Amino acid sequence: MNVLLFELALTSYFTATIICVAELLGLFKGSKIISKAILIFAAIGFLLHTVNIIGRYVEGGHIPITNLHEASSFFSWCIVLLFFILEYRYKLGLLGSFIMPIVFILMLSSSMLPRKIEPLSPLLKSYWLGIHTVLAFLGNAAFAMAFGIGVMYLVQERYVKSKHPGSLFQRLPSLQILDEINYKLITLGFPLLTLAIITGALWAESAWGSYWRWDPKETWSLITWLIYALVLHARLTAGWRGKKAAILSIVGFITVLFTFFGVNLLLKGLHAFV
Amino acid sequence: MNILVIGLNHKTADVEVREKLAFEGPKLAEATSALKSFPEVQESLIISTCNRVEICANVRELESGVERVKTFLSNFHDIPRDALDKGLYVYSGREALCHIFKVASSLDSMVVGEPQILGQFKEAFDFALKNRSTGVLLNRLMKKAISVAKRVRTETRIAENAVSISFAAVELAKKIFEDLSEKTFMLLGAGEMAELAARHLINSGVKNVLVANRTYERAVGLAKEFGGSPVHFDEFPAMMAHTDILICSTGARHYVLAKEQMHKVMKDRKNRPIFIIDISVPRNIDPGINDLDNVYLYDIDDLQGVVTANILERNKEAEKAESIVESEVETFLKWQASLDALPAVVALREMAEAIKNEELERLINKLPELGEKERKAIEYMASSIVNKLIHPPTAALKEDSEDRETLIAIIRKLYGINGEEE
Repeated sequence: MNVLLFELALTSYFTATIICVAELLGLFKGSKIISKAILIFAAIGFLLHTVNIIGRYVEGGHIPITNLHEASSFFSWCIVLLFFILEYRYKLGLLGSFIMPIVFILMLSSSMLPRKIEPLSPLLKSYWLGIHTVLAFLGNAAFAMAFGIGVMYLVQERYVKSKHPGSLFQRLPSLQILDEINYKLITLGFPLLTLAIITGALWAESAWGSYWRWDPKETWSLITWLIYALVLHARLTAGWRGKKAAILSIVGFITVLFTFFGVNLLLKGLHAFV
Repeated sequence: MNILVIGLNHKTADVEVREKLAFEGPKLAEATSALKSFPEVQESLIISTCNRVEICANVRELESGVERVKTFLSNFHDIPRDALDKGLYVYSGREALCHIFKVASSLDSMVVGEPQILGQFKEAFDFALKNRSTGVLLNRLMKKAISVAKRVRTETRIAENAVSISFAAVELAKKIFEDLSEKTFMLLGAGEMAELAARHLINSGVKNVLVANRTYERAVGLAKEFGGSPVHFDEFPAMMAHTDILICSTGARHYVLAKEQMHKVMKDRKNRPIFIIDISVPRNIDPGINDLDNVYLYDIDDLQGVVTANILERNKEAEKAESIVESEVETFLKWQASLDALPAVVALREMAEAIKNEELERLINKLPELGEKERKAIEYMASSIVNKLIHPPTAALKEDSEDRETLIAIIRKLYGINGEEE
């Protein structure tokens, strides 16, 4: 049942992504019905996805973020959630076209990873599991959104700067609004990431007896944290807004992805479970 | 039933002729009622804008209809016929439909895709409705034209991009800044085009306006006009720190703003974006400053380039729009053709109903002992027979086929239905 729900959610996100890409390529002449279709497929996917996550929670008896399949799935769930909040608040039009592909790729990676619900290892049996992981993924979802918005900013900035407004120019939001939302997302993601690191440290202390052990996951989280700290700092002091901020938020998200996938798949550490 | 369009527009006639032919104010009512009085003209509608004057009509017979309308135009405006004929175009049938749909969708306008024409079109239709100069055919046609125009608007991007320099400037400003009303705008110098662009910006919501000019009195005058504040010319670089949009047109022969200066300005602005439009020729602003982050500099050629690209885009969209128009013309023609069959269909049904009623009456008179239930059953059977018998020919008549004319003639002959009932 859960497998079916997951596959259906994946299919729905896939459909939304296909429409998104076609829309970016200008195949639909920017018709309003198409933006609606993206929202509808994303919403159907989100609903199925939510039920799938709840189902795994009930079945496993613990929050389903304990292996890479679950984590990747939960990560994309958070992004879709944030996407709906942003869409409701700002109605950015093309936002879906820049976000749904990320969601789909995460879900696709998730679908290719082992899905078995394992009994929770004693190490993870802690209330910190829920707090630490949910904080981390909400923060990362905000960074994923900032990434999408950053790409939108660079595309739009290119149009304005090159003096040849292209086909997406009309449908992309203004530079100012993109820059503002990018900033807001990072100011949302940064404290969440900070809290995730703090709760992780506290948890490590209670589990292993030390707050910080420089394992690859911890190191890369710190690098990510430093990059976003730099984004915020440079913005406030040196006026690094607009293009520079957009580029930094893209770099930031790449380190997020590396912390998430790269560290788990390439560098083995204590955090290997997620 | 013949649809006819006679008129002239910016492509076929000079402004003097268009002016002479225009129907303004009371003239429109007068002309409408004159047209109504002609027996040749069954329905009519007048579209009169600054770029076109057109009479759409439904006439009994094409040739006499055209003659009637032309004579009317010549008499009404007191223009000799041969002078008039030069600029006039005459469309009928499919061409007329095509033309009307194109006009409503702004495909025939001077600036393709401009939105005003649909409003004028609706006004003309409303006026005709109020004066009862249109009937079934033109009403349907006009409603269709309006819906075609809306379809074109939603299904193509024909009206999306600005096609004048000052509107392009406003459009760009809106893509850099979300809300212009919070932004400060400075006008530097006072060329005519700069003033126009300034007006468009102010109409788009910019509230905070600064005006700098070499002659301070002129700055004061313009500032007053725009509801802004004057700035001494020497102070303008300092004021740039507080300016988000700058339009420059000073007439100076050299750069009034160098890259180094701008560098400092950006520091003072904490890198907040600035949009600079240099309308002056030769240019007044160092083009190099466009390389600075968050500075967007457009000169007159850049803006012209944007406008040209937009016009090309519109023309591309116009092709899509034309195919929409084509398909809508087909639909309308089919509907119109089905109207041709209508009288025959009605006559056939009336005849059948009359026979049925007559026979029923006779039967019921003969059999007075029949109860209510039996009578109902007989009536039901009679109706059923009639319906089943006339259904195939009716359907054949209504069906869209090339030999409809022949079919109509055959049915009329077979059933002996004559006359042109309408």
